[in-house]
Amino acid sequence: MATIKTAQNEYEIVIGLEIHAQINTKSKLFSHSNTVFGAEPNSQVSLVDSAMPGMLPILNREAIKKAAITGYAINATVNPYSIFDRKNYFYADLPQGYQISQFSDPIVTGGKVTIKDDEGNDKVINITRIHVEQDAGKSIHDQSPTHSFVDLNRSGVPLMELVTEPEIRSAGEAADFVKKYRNILRYINTCGGDMEKGQLRCDANVSLRPVGREEFGTRCEIKNLNSTKNIQLAIDYEVERQAKALDAGEEIRQQTRLFDVTTGETRVMRDKEDAHDYRYFPDPDLLPLELSEAFLQEAKDSLPELPQQKKARYLDEGLTEYDAEVIIADKDAATYFERLLGNCDTKLAVTWMTGELFGRLKKEDKTIADSPISAEKLLGLIKQIETNVISGKIAKDVLDKMLETGKEAEEIIESEGLKQITDDGAIIKIIDEVMVANDDKVQEYRSGKDKLFGFFVGQVMKATGGKANPGAVNKLLKEKLSA
Amino acid sequence: MSDLTKLTIAELKEGLLAKKFTSVELTKAYLENIKKANPELNAYVLVTEDKALEMAALADKNIAAGKARPLEGIPFAVKDLYCTKDIKTECCSHILDGFTPTYESTVTQNLWNDGAILLGKANMDEFAMGSTNKNSYRGNVVNPVKRAGEDTKLVPGGSSGGSAAAVAADLCAASLGSDTGGSVRQPASFTGLVGMKPTYGRCSRWGMIAYASSLDQAGHFSRSVEDSALILNSISSYDEKDSTSAQKEKEDFTAKLNNGLKGMKIGIASEYKMEGMNPDIEKIFDETVKKAESLGAEIVDISLPHTHYGAPTYYIISTAEASSNLARYDGVKYGLRECAQGDSLDDMYSKTRSAGFGPEVKRRIMLGTYVLSSGYYDAYYIKAQKVRRLFADDFNKAFSQVDAILTPTTPNTAFGIDEKLTTIEMYYNDVFTVPANLAGLPGISIPAGVDSKNTPIGMQILTPRFAETEMFRVAYALEQEIKFDRTKLNYR
Repeated sequence: MATIKTAQNEYEIVIGLEIHAQINTKSKLFSHSNTVFGAEPNSQVSLVDSAMPGMLPILNREAIKKAAITGYAINATVNPYSIFDRKNYFYADLPQGYQISQFSDPIVTGGKVTIKDDEGNDKVINITRIHVEQDAGKSIHDQSPTHSFVDLNRSGVPLMELVTEPEIRSAGEAADFVKKYRNILRYINTCGGDMEKGQLRCDANVSLRPVGREEFGTRCEIKNLNSTKNIQLAIDYEVERQAKALDAGEEIRQQTRLFDVTTGETRVMRDKEDAHDYRYFPDPDLLPLELSEAFLQEAKDSLPELPQQKKARYLDEGLTEYDAEVIIADKDAATYFERLLGNCDTKLAVTWMTGELFGRLKKEDKTIADSPISAEKLLGLIKQIETNVISGKIAKDVLDKMLETGKEAEEIIESEGLKQITDDGAIIKIIDEVMVANDDKVQEYRSGKDKLFGFFVGQVMKATGGKANPGAVNKLLKEKLSA
Repeated sequence: MSDLTKLTIAELKEGLLAKKFTSVELTKAYLENIKKANPELNAYVLVTEDKALEMAALADKNIAAGKARPLEGIPFAVKDLYCTKDIKTECCSHILDGFTPTYESTVTQNLWNDGAILLGKANMDEFAMGSTNKNSYRGNVVNPVKRAGEDTKLVPGGSSGGSAAAVAADLCAASLGSDTGGSVRQPASFTGLVGMKPTYGRCSRWGMIAYASSLDQAGHFSRSVEDSALILNSISSYDEKDSTSAQKEKEDFTAKLNNGLKGMKIGIASEYKMEGMNPDIEKIFDETVKKAESLGAEIVDISLPHTHYGAPTYYIISTAEASSNLARYDGVKYGLRECAQGDSLDDMYSKTRSAGFGPEVKRRIMLGTYVLSSGYYDAYYIKAQKVRRLFADDFNKAFSQVDAILTPTTPNTAFGIDEKLTTIEMYYNDVFTVPANLAGLPGISIPAGVDSKNTPIGMQILTPRFAETEMFRVAYALEQEIKFDRTKLNYR
């Protein structure tokens, strides 16, 4: 839905995203403090993070390297020269009274991320920039009726903020953008991507314009969306709100808005008139950031295979578009699949991983990352199928037991006696018994009631507890019945 | 024994090593002087007597054991903007009430590592903003030097007024100041001392409370050029904790003291003769030039055409940086907090900062906030940065022709504490000193004579970045020729 139709009008939806991703370094952007999530409040705070008088920032090169890698991962330009600026504003959880960020000369410019539009077609979203900045601390207002508290553990944690061009046209595209970008970050290991832990936060700029008009409408920025679901809900709400207002002839005011998860509505946080004048200027405590060719080359060289490259390879391996997409959409799934690929039949690998295992995990609300069955264990099961030790049908039961007990496929098959009966003699013996017991049906079949074949197969399988090799059963039954 | 307190570091070192006196005796002599003179001069805001005696005893041990370090047993005063571990550091501002750092600044740590002794924290203009030391929350400092036949209280200059007064009044052997726009060189000139500002990046700014980060640099006061070089030997260092610190090998800044001026080219810029300048200063300047010539230096006329823009450029850049640097004093983390039950965060900010900052600091924060605000940024801040580059160009051009530049340090001599100067007049005090800060150059002021009222006049020597050794060479040669006798000044 790139447009919204109202009774009177049709508007095009225009969305730009700003995504803050925590760069996953051990220490902060300008100090040696740890960045571990969930630590005791104010236990990871250095003299620099708390802005003690006379303290100076020292740049963490690892964070810069990861930002550069991210730039290369989205095919952007990584600038050999960039500048850290101070963004000045007062808040209790901003100890310096300014945030060190990049304004005029960011480290990364340009770039592209491919997403799916609402029709399922590939769509390229152009990236404006990525800049590196430090996070603020956290204000806590709900611990006391009379006091507020400040936790500076996050103060100084490195972030990279990606800004897209206003090329996103629906809430669905916006959500998919975040998923795709998150996935890239996880592939290249520059951000954990866990939205619940605040490692990824999204602001959405939303505006409408009558279909066909070139100039943009006035936008509203929805701040701090912390899940793809909320991104979608917030944008949908905001689009409706703006469409209604425009229909009623109202002017959209440029605002910063917050999404209320409980009501599903966005509400005003501040109006344009109240917007801060951040008084950006180059931080005189830090020299301009100059990156050598060697540094940039190293970043480029350390880039692993990216989702789209993986997909192309999987298509070459004979995977369907759909299966390839499912696997690359999650770094952990792709890593899992890589451990199967080449070690067994590719089709079996796809079926048993994305069909059988994923289905079971989903039922238990688990992801591939916390699957109790490792790729090696699943491979063990697939091997048993490949070598005809068990049938696919029995394999499903074995997989269930593996999930339950955590045991190897081979062990379960052995202890439960599930080995497939492949011995023709043994199968013929059972067929004979079934034919004797169902003599009337045999006669009916022989007089032309072909449909009964399935009945005989079922009886044989039942008598063997499903262990008979289905191929052999089919073949031998046909011979016996037509004899 | 009272003579001890008038000696130079070089003389003190000799005496200490020859065991003519001990560091404890020396320290006690200074403490005695402080007790007598400080109530009137207000040079120290904190005297660390116990700590000083403890350090002196240790120094004596080291000397006795033959393990004397370069500044072993030499007592210093330290400007109140250097963070000193477990010792109150308030930058002479109400807003830092009771602030006691848990860390030691790199520059002071370097001094202690070399055996120096801390006598106390020196008074200063609040957050190093001022040229009179009248902007201190701890009260103004009185210049120990007075005019002949007059009892008018004179300013010691600023912002390192306490550090200057302490050396001039024999309340320490030497002292640390800091120089953002002339805050060491100008008070040195007003008190008849040697005052030196190193190249930007020569000394670490870590642990120095920031005023204007791109201009701030440590500096020091001494009674001789040799002492000045000895102190720089100790306080300069590359520091990985300061991104703007320069990666330079340690060098001996006394190496060329005796090399003389023969073969050196010294530049004289016509722009440093200002209208309305004290004619006595012009006279001493001309005399100093002649002395340099008589010592074999070639005098070269140069032009520094942007000199006139120094003060406005300086006041835009320094206040812009200050408005941001001082944002951290908000009542949340340390120092003063003015907040009543029911006050909002904004109320607390407003009350704390209104009560905590003095009028000059407020003026500069307002000015800095203004020049950075949207709509004015290009016209002021960006333009000032461009002019700043022109300054660097001026000097680059000049130093392609000469080895050093000689100028007066200030357009005036020490004035009365009660004399009324307009803000603009006050800001023009810095006109000869700010160019070195804008271009990051080293500069030194040496006493070169007196005016008609027997108050001292300083001359400034500037050299290219990181050419301090050459700078000391010129300063030393002139010092030996001028033979300024500070005991002939009139003291309170």
